[in-house]
Amino acid sequence: MSEILSIRNVIMRRDDRIVLDVADLVLHKGEVLTVIGPNGAGKSTLLLVLSRLLKPDEGQQYYHGRLLQGRDDLAFRRRNGLVLQSPLLLKGTVLENVITGMRFRGTPKKEAEKSAKIWLKRFAISHLEDRSSRQLSGGEAQRTSLARAFSVEPEVLFLDEPFNALDTPTRTRILADFQAIVASTGMTTVFVTHDMDEALLLGDRVAILLEGKLRQIGPAEEVFAAPADEGVAAFLGADTTLVGRVTSNANGHVLVNVNNQQIEAVADVEVGKDVIVFLKPEDVTLWANEELPPSSARNRLAGKISRVVPRGPLVHLTIDCGFPIGALITRPSFTEMELDIGRRVAVTFKASTVHLIPR
Amino acid sequence: MELIWEGISQAFELLLSLDPEVLEITLLSLQLSGLATIISMLIGLPLGTLLAIGLFPTRRFWLSVVNTGMALPTVVVGLSVSILLWRSGPFGSLGLIYTPAAIVIAQVIIAVPIVTGLTVAALQNLDPRLQLQLYGLGASRTQVIWHLWKEARLPLLAALMAGFGAVISEVGAVMMVGGNLLGHTRVLTTAIVLETGKGEFALAIALGVILLLVAFFVNMVLTGIQQRS
Repeated sequence: MSEILSIRNVIMRRDDRIVLDVADLVLHKGEVLTVIGPNGAGKSTLLLVLSRLLKPDEGQQYYHGRLLQGRDDLAFRRRNGLVLQSPLLLKGTVLENVITGMRFRGTPKKEAEKSAKIWLKRFAISHLEDRSSRQLSGGEAQRTSLARAFSVEPEVLFLDEPFNALDTPTRTRILADFQAIVASTGMTTVFVTHDMDEALLLGDRVAILLEGKLRQIGPAEEVFAAPADEGVAAFLGADTTLVGRVTSNANGHVLVNVNNQQIEAVADVEVGKDVIVFLKPEDVTLWANEELPPSSARNRLAGKISRVVPRGPLVHLTIDCGFPIGALITRPSFTEMELDIGRRVAVTFKASTVHLIPR
Repeated sequence: MELIWEGISQAFELLLSLDPEVLEITLLSLQLSGLATIISMLIGLPLGTLLAIGLFPTRRFWLSVVNTGMALPTVVVGLSVSILLWRSGPFGSLGLIYTPAAIVIAQVIIAVPIVTGLTVAALQNLDPRLQLQLYGLGASRTQVIWHLWKEARLPLLAALMAGFGAVISEVGAVMMVGGNLLGHTRVLTTAIVLETGKGEFALAIALGVILLLVAFFVNMVLTGIQQRS
């Protein structure tokens, strides 16, 4: 894929504090790059820098390989599109809002309206064409905002948590429509979110931004399966973080000694090396009996429940196996298995779900 | 009580009979206040926009100046303009003292901070991210400002009304710089002061009623535009 946009050595300061420090970020034609990170990680700042709405204190930006200057800003913005978290619609009808971007670019009104109607249809809001923007629901307003951005046929579409303020059912529906439209148009997209499901669903590549720095970037499945460091792993939800030493390595199957217990992992790490062991709670299977059950999982440990935290339809358990291991279980299973703090249980997990990072 | 009724009935008599002197005073009031309001809008709207959305180091200082200006004692304005335009003053050679131009200058100085301050308030009341979204949609700076004005048109019309209200009712500064010369610089407010001083309460009340009616109709038109939008 050819490179459309890139930034190099970008630094952004706020009150003498560095809020964004990105050495290199490249966006390829036709890809969806999702940028995820916790609140305050600098995601929106990065998006505004990429869309040239915020001038960084240092660094360069290239567009089709050409170094951009301040005088290129307007032309750049007119070739691309932006959707923010809040729809920020103007007074007037839905149709009037959707043609705004095209009118800024000098498109005649009739032509703009014709094009806008196509996008209203694609976002399933044709029936709202003449409705005042002040009389829309949150979902309808965000659909209008998306139609407005798509109607200018941007080369790159920048989105800053556009579905964040919506309720779950509305969000799910818009997300599905949005995903279908992005896929069918092949639109190059930068999508900022703190929601991992959105990132996984939409992103061809995922970039993890923590404390203003790009800590990892790569194909979505790869990033989620193999976090680059402790911070990324913690953000991605690997709540079991253990320190151990590799005691054997047989063709990529390694044994790690953690508190005198052996954990098997699929990795290629030298014997004797200290490592951090990451394990996601959803990869851990819980068994009500302490006796080790029949399972193909290579890791089988016995322990005692030390903590119970409800998480929506699930329950997060911490099991003390000589070291803490996190596990997720559905509420009905939790009740059915009569689990509680102090109850002795067994956990199993596959060697392939254990991720090691050399220290 | 009789005095008030006599004044009101005389006001309608003067209005209905189209008394040339009253008509001339009323028209002059409208012309000068209208012109001063338009000039104030032409200065105050861009200035208020600059202060609301511009980023420059002395912005807060100028905002404080504008806010202070909104409560400017009009008599001080009258004194300052008089000194500047006095025959021996720095702009005395222009011969503007006791002319309608001097009245407009004083009225503009009074109205500009009001229009500017209310413009700042109107624009700062908009979602700060709206500007960002407009730029993100490909708007030029001019297009952004135009759309911000459109979004804030209700409070901006209120700024215009407040500016007009301040100048049409102004008396101290107008008296000082205009001189209340009949057929030349006499406007409704200064005429009311004069007639009250002479004990001609009925005529003063009549002029007061006319002043109220003029202010009411102008504001009614502006409110109509405001509410329609």
